[in-house]
Amino acid sequence: MIQLVINGQAESVEDGLSVAALLHARGLAGKRLAVERNGEIVPRARHAETRLADGDRLEIVVAVGGG
Amino acid sequence: MSDPLVIAGKSYASRLLVGTGKYRDFAETREAIEASGAEIVTVAIRRTNIGQNPGEPNLLDVLPPERFTILPNTAGCYSADDAVRTLRLARELLDGHALVKLEVLGDPTTLFPNMPETLKAAETLVKDGFEVMVYCSDDPIQARMLEDIGCVAVMPLASLIGSGMGILNPWNLRLIIDAAKVPVIVDAGVGTASDAAIAMELGCDGVLMNTAIAQARQPVRMAGAMRKAVEAGREAFLAGRMPRKLYSADPSSPQSGLIGS
Repeated sequence: MIQLVINGQAESVEDGLSVAALLHARGLAGKRLAVERNGEIVPRARHAETRLADGDRLEIVVAVGGG
Repeated sequence: MSDPLVIAGKSYASRLLVGTGKYRDFAETREAIEASGAEIVTVAIRRTNIGQNPGEPNLLDVLPPERFTILPNTAGCYSADDAVRTLRLARELLDGHALVKLEVLGDPTTLFPNMPETLKAAETLVKDGFEVMVYCSDDPIQARMLEDIGCVAVMPLASLIGSGMGILNPWNLRLIIDAAKVPVIVDAGVGTASDAAIAMELGCDGVLMNTAIAQARQPVRMAGAMRKAVEAGREAFLAGRMPRKLYSADPSSPQSGLIGS
C-alpha cells in the first residue's frame, strides 16, 4: 500500500494504482473533473498511464456554483 | 447581431454575465440563467467529494459548455499562486478553454481585490495563454496596468461583492471606461435593476452579477428584470441622455397659444 493525500485527506491505496483506476474506484470515471498531482496538472489523456507514488498529493476538482 | 459585446474576439448578444452561486438548487440556477439571457456564466472550482456521494449531479450537466460560455473564477483565492493553480485546473476541466475570470482577494471581510497579487497573477496567466477577465478595484491606473498586461476585460467592483450596495463611485468607473480599450464590465455590488441600468448608462460594456439575482425573493423574475435593465441602460447610453440643467426648468409644451392670452 502507498500513502496519498487526496483533497487534503490522507488515504492508503494499493501500490501501482493509476489515476484512472483511482477515479474509477471512487465512482468518478467519466465525470467532468480535473486532477492535479503534486502541483502539476495530470491531463485527462494521461490518467491511464500515470501511476501514483507514495506521498503524492492529489487535488481532484469540479465546477460548482459561484459568482 | 447588432451592437454585440466583443470579448477576446468573440461576440456575445447579451451584456449581462451571471454567476451560478447561492441558488436553491440546479433547477432554479438553470431557470434564472435562462431568464437572464446571459451567455457567459461564471463557475467556481472546488474539490469534489471523493466517492462519498458518486451520484451527485454536476453543475456542467445543467449548464452544458456547448451552450454557455463557462467562465471559471478564482473566488476564494488570496494569492496569485493559488489563483493561477486554480485556473490551470479549470482549463484542464474545460478541455483547454482559455477565457477565465481572475480575482485575487485581499481579505475575507471586504473581499476587496488584492491588486498587487492580481497584477502578478494576470501577468503569469496572460503569458500562459489565458484570456483573462479580471476583477479589480475601481482605480483607473491599475485598470490600465491590467489592460497593458493583456487582460481581455477589466471588471471593477461597483461596491463590495454580495453587498447589493449599487454603484458607489460612478466617477471612477467613468475614468476607467473613458481610458479603456478593452471591455469594462462592472463586477460586484449591483443590488437591483436600476443599479445595472446605471452601470450601463455610464458606458460600461457589461455587468456581471450573482447575488442580486440569486438572493432576490423571486430569483427567476429578478433575472428577467436584470436582462431588461441591462438592455435599457445600454440603449439609453447609445441614445445619449439629455444634458442636466441644474435649476433651470424648460417646458415641454408650447408657451404660445394658451387660451385667454
